Amino acid sequence: MELDRQAELNALRPDLLRFARLQLRDAAAAEDAVQETLLAALTGSHRFESRSSYKTWLISILRNKIIDIIRGQSREIAATSLADDEAGDDLLAETLFDQRGHWQEAAKPGRWADPDASFEQQQFWAVFEACLDHLPERTARVFMMREVLGFETDEICKEAGISSSNCWVVLHRARLGLRTCLETKWFAGAGAESQR
Amino acid sequence: MLSCRQATELMSQEQDRSLTFPERVGLRLHVWICAGCANYRRQMGVLRAACRRFGSGGTP
Repeated sequence: MELDRQAELNALRPDLLRFARLQLRDAAAAEDAVQETLLAALTGSHRFESRSSYKTWLISILRNKIIDIIRGQSREIAATSLADDEAGDDLLAETLFDQRGHWQEAAKPGRWADPDASFEQQQFWAVFEACLDHLPERTARVFMMREVLGFETDEICKEAGISSSNCWVVLHRARLGLRTCLETKWFAGAGAESQR
Repeated sequence: MLSCRQATELMSQEQDRSLTFPERVGLRLHVWICAGCANYRRQMGVLRAACRRFGSGGTP
């Protein structure tokens, strides 16, 4: 059976917009990317059996639009702005590690029970998005270019106008922040419990 | 001997570049004796899997 594509588009539009905003951190650019995606989707003649396959297809179009926008902007994520992010990140590292660089007892990473089961829950993804959104802005942009949009590190350095070692530092901070947020807000708490 | 803080830096970088031989040996030794960092390393894999899934629209 063919989906009612217009109805599905309306239903999925908020998801697409949230996705674009997270990547671009720019409401107007996000809106443009989603508009172009919807246009492309309406003129396409693919047939879809389910909402999830339709969503996957839409996100893949949107991702390409976002990548084009980022490449076109060549907006430099200037080193000075990244430095602004650093203060907060250093504070995080200080709460996690002692002076000798060992885990503080309370911060020692625990074992995450069954991540695959978490991936099947909408609630997990709401927490995941909130944690991404919680990262310092430019740190988040670099991280999402790498992990969500699939840029190679070299290209990110070029777009962001930073050295590779600086790039690795930023990515490390993003991962440290994101895993700490997920551990606190999901894996160590009620979220992961509810699936047992 | 690596500190946990240094180990987490390498565990991030191994996702972005090939570690040098001494870095690999140092890291392997560290996660062998440090349960916290061994968990952290698994979590790096979970993060990557989650981001891939998120980026491909495969979320429920």
